[in-house]
Amino acid sequence: MSYTIWILFTAALVGINCGLVGTFLVLRKMSMLSDAISHSVLLGIVGAYMVSHQLQGVSMLIGALLVGLLTTFLVQLLHQKGVQSDAAIGVVFTCLFAIGVVLISLFADRVHLDVEHALMGEIAFVPWDVLEVGGKSIGSKAVWLLGFVLAINIFVIVFAYKELKISSFDSEMAVTLGIPVVFIHYVLMGMLSLTTVASFDSVGAILVVAMLIVPSATAYLWTDRLSVMLICSALIGVLSSVIGYMGATAFNVSISGAIAVATGVLFFISLWIAPKHGLLRKWLKKSPA
Amino acid sequence: MNPLVVEQVTVAYDRQLVLEDVSFSVPEGKLVGIIGPNGAGKSTLMKAMLNFIPRMHGNVFVYGKPYEKQRHLVGYVPQRNSVDWDFPTNALDVVLMGRYGHIGLWKRPRKEDVDIAMQCLDKVGMLPYAKRQISQLSGGQQQRVFLARALAQDASVYFMDEPFVGVDAATEKAIVQLLNELKMRGKTVLVVHHDLQTVRDYFDYVLLLNKRVIAFGETESVFTYDHIQKTYGGKVTFLSAAHIVG
Amino acid sequence: MAHAALPGICIAFLLYGQKSLLVFLIGAACSGYIATVCIQFIVKHTRIKEDAAIGIVLSVFFGLGIVLLTWINQHEGGNQSGINDFLFGKAASLTGSDVNVLTVTAITMITTILVFFKEFKIITFDRAFAQGIGVPVSLLNGVLMFLIVSVVVIGLQAVGVVLMSALLITPALAARYWTEKLEWMMWLAGGFGALSGVAGAYISLIAYVPTGPLVIIFATMLFICSFLFAPKRGLCSKMIRRYIQRRTLRAKQLYKRGEQA
Repeated sequence: MSYTIWILFTAALVGINCGLVGTFLVLRKMSMLSDAISHSVLLGIVGAYMVSHQLQGVSMLIGALLVGLLTTFLVQLLHQKGVQSDAAIGVVFTCLFAIGVVLISLFADRVHLDVEHALMGEIAFVPWDVLEVGGKSIGSKAVWLLGFVLAINIFVIVFAYKELKISSFDSEMAVTLGIPVVFIHYVLMGMLSLTTVASFDSVGAILVVAMLIVPSATAYLWTDRLSVMLICSALIGVLSSVIGYMGATAFNVSISGAIAVATGVLFFISLWIAPKHGLLRKWLKKSPA
Repeated sequence: MNPLVVEQVTVAYDRQLVLEDVSFSVPEGKLVGIIGPNGAGKSTLMKAMLNFIPRMHGNVFVYGKPYEKQRHLVGYVPQRNSVDWDFPTNALDVVLMGRYGHIGLWKRPRKEDVDIAMQCLDKVGMLPYAKRQISQLSGGQQQRVFLARALAQDASVYFMDEPFVGVDAATEKAIVQLLNELKMRGKTVLVVHHDLQTVRDYFDYVLLLNKRVIAFGETESVFTYDHIQKTYGGKVTFLSAAHIVG
Repeated sequence: MAHAALPGICIAFLLYGQKSLLVFLIGAACSGYIATVCIQFIVKHTRIKEDAAIGIVLSVFFGLGIVLLTWINQHEGGNQSGINDFLFGKAASLTGSDVNVLTVTAITMITTILVFFKEFKIITFDRAFAQGIGVPVSLLNGVLMFLIVSVVVIGLQAVGVVLMSALLITPALAARYWTEKLEWMMWLAGGFGALSGVAGAYISLIAYVPTGPLVIIFATMLFICSFLFAPKRGLCSKMIRRYIQRRTLRAKQLYKRGEQA
């Protein structure tokens, strides 16, 4: 496959993964946690490197998962003890991120990892970093990683659809029905951590946040069904990747930045023309015909 | 065996006791109104019984066993504003959520669950709105969807937090009808209520609450001028209290 | 907030052509203001809630900032301009003139706050009331916003975009545990910030580790200590109070039972 197609494929996979997980974040009003986890995951990657001495898929996933859950746990702990939740998120993730940066700088000479890379990503290098089995190249590492995480995400969403739905809509009711609401929260945060770390390498922390929240919020303007919203937001994610990539190559600027801008443009357009919740329709309705 | 026995429930926020030593026991098939001024701890009592907030002391028994073991017997109708009605789902889906306890974890709703949900919607007069997005329902209609969900749960004891707040006359009538139907079927219902005028008409039992139990018992004997005065700390004037007690 | 300032700084650079703190400040203030307006617009006119609206606006603005930054690097020789430092911060390489700017800012900050303290207090606590008694709310709000933006822009150079928000939040949060008074909270927060700054910079000198993150780690440690051990509001004293409360309750109940028997 050609260079361009690999990049588009990677970006599309990021779009689908983020769209699926992001939908639940937006509905549960936890967008801030995505910002937090996308940063603190850095510590997980560094930690995984210190333990396993490699920057390989599986150990990175485990490291990110652990730190993601740790972030969730600390935020909840502070919140329970009376700290406002956005302040709690702010304190926890900046601290974990800072520890991550310090560790990187201590081992910097040996790790191929820098903060700039982490924030902005290097999707342009994805096609050259290939996975080899028995001496034969079977495609980009990032794509395999993203595909693996996508499989997990789809599995969880299909399997626990009704639990995710009720605990997002009415968590008190869910508790009285005996649904393990806290467990589900952690599962979702685990999915978020995996998605973040898999996307991280290609698109960087900032774009992950854009890809998680913006397409889901855009989909929220288009539909009134949860299942449709999930699919819509994945599609919008893919669309933004394609538009963003084309824009970036045309103007020779950062691909991940351009994709983030593309999500914003799609959101802005939807804000006006979405059929049920778009502003144009609302205003047309208000003004006497 | 009484369906609900509450023993010495005490709840404290940081420095203050919000509920002190609340004990009462409800016989089967009764409609119980929980009455008290703002800040008396009515909703807190409900949440403490359901373990949403930790009890500092005390126990709640449902049909003789601790609540934790009898969750499936208890249905809860939260205050309408406790959820986000912009959630992308329709009325039928919300009612179907009431069946989740019966469907079991990780399984999908079956045809019969959908049928039951439809019947419940019909009972509250909301069948025509089954496919309507929930944010497009009026306040009263949303409340009726919540009630239909509780019906679909098919519990034995129901806790309802302010179901009559901000609803239209038709919905109020529908709720009263529903309460009576539940009573006929031997269900026990606790309702947090604030409209003193209607207490006599709606409830068999009342719990007058102001941080502690002021009085509990059959409406006829407990809902008296003295008790109301004591609960509301003299905030109810003589005239209106006399009017309410009739 | 810090994220939203980036495109403004870049556009200011593109228009003005060279690095200038004042121009950057104006650019940052403009894009920060536009971002706030966008967030409010989305929350008011759609079903999207505040947290998602903030996420949307900030991440898209930041994306735009990065696009502009890469554009500048390719077309204008931006690497020499030091505009990249706004992303990650370069406390160690600050020059004498930068320090002068920081000092002037700090002094301006303190005097403005001292002069308008009463007014700031009332518009933060109860805006409608302040308007009612004739305080020029929008003007003062503008001044407050301007102060925040200047701190962000200047701080960005020193510690970078991520850690900036930590420096704004963490010391203030830590201070909240020690006092119920805004005056004290403000001085304490400033003190905590200064303390973490000094400690972070010192360790960074001996250990060859970047300054920004160390400062944040120190600030967080101060927060944890406050959270656990502060009198009255701290976790430990809360737990002790709870324990005493439980004991008195039990004693009361025993007494009651004794009376009944």
